Amino acid sequence: MAAPKKTVTKEAGQENGKEKGLEKSFSSPPEFTKAQELAALRDMLLIRRFEEKAGQLYGMGAIGGFCHLYIGQEAIVVGMQMALKKGDQVITGYRDHGHMLACGMEAKGVMAELTGRQGGYSKGKGGSMHMFSKEQNFYGGHGIVGAQVSLGTGLAFANRYRGNDFVSLAYFGDGASNQGQVYESFNMAQLWKLPVIYIIENNRYAMGTSVTRSSSQTDFSKRGISFNIPGEQVDGMDVRAVKAAGDKAVAHCRAGKGPFILEMQTYRYRGHSMSDPAKYRTREEVEKVRHDQDPIEQVRNRLLAAKVTEQELKAIDAEVREIVNESADFAQHDPEPDASELWTDVYR
Amino acid sequence: MPIQVLMPALSPTMEKGNLAKWLKKEGETIKSGDVIAEIETDKATMEVEATDEGTLGKILIPEGTNDVAVNTPIATILADGESAADLGKAAPAPAPSVAKEVEESRSPVGEGKPMISAPQATAAPAAVAEPDPEVPEGTEMISQTIREALRDAMAEEMRRDPDVFIMGEEVAEYQGAYKVTQGLLQEFGARRVIDTPITEHGFAGVGVGAAMSGLKPIVEFMTFNFAMQAIDQIINSAAKTLYMSGGQMGCSIVFRGPNGAASRVAAQHSQDYSAWYSQIPGLKVVAPFSAADYKGLLKAAIRDPNPVIFLENEMLYGHTGEVPKLDDYVIPIGKARIVRSGGHVTLISWSNGMSYALKAADELAKEGIEAEVIDLRTLRPMDTDTIIASVKKTGRAVTVEEGWQQSGVGAEIAARIMEQAFDYLDAPVARVSGKDVPMPYAANLEKLALPNVAEVVAAAKAVSYR
Repeated sequence: MAAPKKTVTKEAGQENGKEKGLEKSFSSPPEFTKAQELAALRDMLLIRRFEEKAGQLYGMGAIGGFCHLYIGQEAIVVGMQMALKKGDQVITGYRDHGHMLACGMEAKGVMAELTGRQGGYSKGKGGSMHMFSKEQNFYGGHGIVGAQVSLGTGLAFANRYRGNDFVSLAYFGDGASNQGQVYESFNMAQLWKLPVIYIIENNRYAMGTSVTRSSSQTDFSKRGISFNIPGEQVDGMDVRAVKAAGDKAVAHCRAGKGPFILEMQTYRYRGHSMSDPAKYRTREEVEKVRHDQDPIEQVRNRLLAAKVTEQELKAIDAEVREIVNESADFAQHDPEPDASELWTDVYR
Repeated sequence: MPIQVLMPALSPTMEKGNLAKWLKKEGETIKSGDVIAEIETDKATMEVEATDEGTLGKILIPEGTNDVAVNTPIATILADGESAADLGKAAPAPAPSVAKEVEESRSPVGEGKPMISAPQATAAPAAVAEPDPEVPEGTEMISQTIREALRDAMAEEMRRDPDVFIMGEEVAEYQGAYKVTQGLLQEFGARRVIDTPITEHGFAGVGVGAAMSGLKPIVEFMTFNFAMQAIDQIINSAAKTLYMSGGQMGCSIVFRGPNGAASRVAAQHSQDYSAWYSQIPGLKVVAPFSAADYKGLLKAAIRDPNPVIFLENEMLYGHTGEVPKLDDYVIPIGKARIVRSGGHVTLISWSNGMSYALKAADELAKEGIEAEVIDLRTLRPMDTDTIIASVKKTGRAVTVEEGWQQSGVGAEIAARIMEQAFDYLDAPVARVSGKDVPMPYAANLEKLALPNVAEVVAAAKAVSYR
């Protein structure tokens, strides 16, 4: 997915300036157990530290091409994953590192793919936007905006065909929500009652264009209305809310009731890709979300309030940092793929 | 003067039909719009409506007659004041009677997607190909249409592998827009024979997703013209995923349907995608001509672990050929076949282009030029060895395709011959192709836009300096 350089017009900037933070209020979600809070914290931290490291490596020139970071949106994949069982499938677009880590793919393999090394999940042939793991039921990693929605519907089709009770999760953004094949998929999914959850990660910017400038209906949970697909808006910054919504949607799908739409209201702190300076929004807007709603800080604060010690939390920090540092080290020292790999995997 | 009612044609591929039933008797009064008879084709049962008023004078073709050629007079209608004595001077009606389908009262789905195209008699295939060398001697051959051969190939593979299913527009209840999937719903049920909405981009993606999880879909496009809406999923998702995943996740899927020019359906419905798909690494592209190849190659395509583009030709669906009666007749993808041997010039074609090439070879033989005719059958991977071996023998080559010349398959073949057999060439390779224009509608212009036998003959003579 290309990120053209944005020239921000004054009008656009002013319009964007009207949108401050995520102001929709949600009712309180069910509490997590301490174990759940700790697990969520660890998994979200892993994604954040990983993405920060990827950003660094990109700056150093170790990662090439496009690199879309997930920082700010971590609660979504982590919360959804807590609602799944082994065998459920996940598919997403090009902002995919967080999804892979949440699915249980190893940081080393993901990072080495980002650096284009032989130990990467695609032997270095896919890169940031194209990684897969059959073992972890992660089906990519797709660079064409919206393509994963039809593909994810196909995964659900296969589940129904086989008569199992697995559910497929098709993640896409507010930008992809305007692609035609999304609605072609909605139609078939409801027509055939396919067990697919459409997770619209509304981070409020379709590349550099705000939702209000790109979408006539900005309540994305309503995008399935004309197909009779139920939808909900979810506080995508609160991992508990995500999991609760995920539980509900998964139960709906497993019961054979067809697809479900979850609009996750979220925010990405970084630009669309590494080459995007994000001048279409104000620094204050970013800071406000980061300060008020950061998904990781929310969990950390709750844990501290529940008398978990700083030391315990630091131990998690340390474990995550070690994994990330190891992955970065591996990704920079692992050899590039052998030249013979140019010609492999075209056909099988 | 009495008016003749002619046997109507209901599709470009219909050449004959059965007169199933007369609904009016001789002497009965007929009003315009009355249903006077029922005819059967290999696709459907149709009603014949009268377009003229009068009395049914004489039934010329009794009910129960099979294989009545299109445009044969089937009855005469007497106008007011005329009697049986006038029957001898009957004039043909200006046009075949209008007919409509009995089985389905609904109109064809989708604007611009005709179930039944304009009537036109088509030429029979030029020659029946020699059986493949891999067919054991003495194998019983059965005569069947290409439409039936395709259906049998799919049915056999669906019986063999429960992961194989077919999806597409009208493939199930309607029995296929071109009746290729006839009977599959009845045998395999709605779980495995799936009618989709008219939504090519979406259902191609659904098919690819299902294939990524290990199923083996056959995705039917009503024609490949509509697959342009789906081409992103075919190329970006189906063809590239194996490579992008480092070999982890591939896609065993067949995209099939009629490709190229049909008849009188104009520019948007008459395009040859041979060159488009054969450019893409990760895809296999198959475009057979004979009924046996249609069957054996479709079976191979369904079993292939890679995405396969299977280009059919609507003009050929009704053509009959000899198909080996074998339990499992599978032809390997990627092998061309020398359909006719000759030492003077090599004609290389595939799909419907073969009909021009074979007829041209007959013409050339009359003038003492023995053409070797190669049916490529598969465009990717292309069987260059067979082409080169033949050119080394003949020293001359002509490619024949319905598609456009620029960046076409013929251009690719010419380049390979130049690279690998330059020293053997006695003349530059000649290309016969579709003309460099969108397909026109008018019958005369359409004919001009397509390649023809005379052009192939002329090209073969030109490279032979005759």
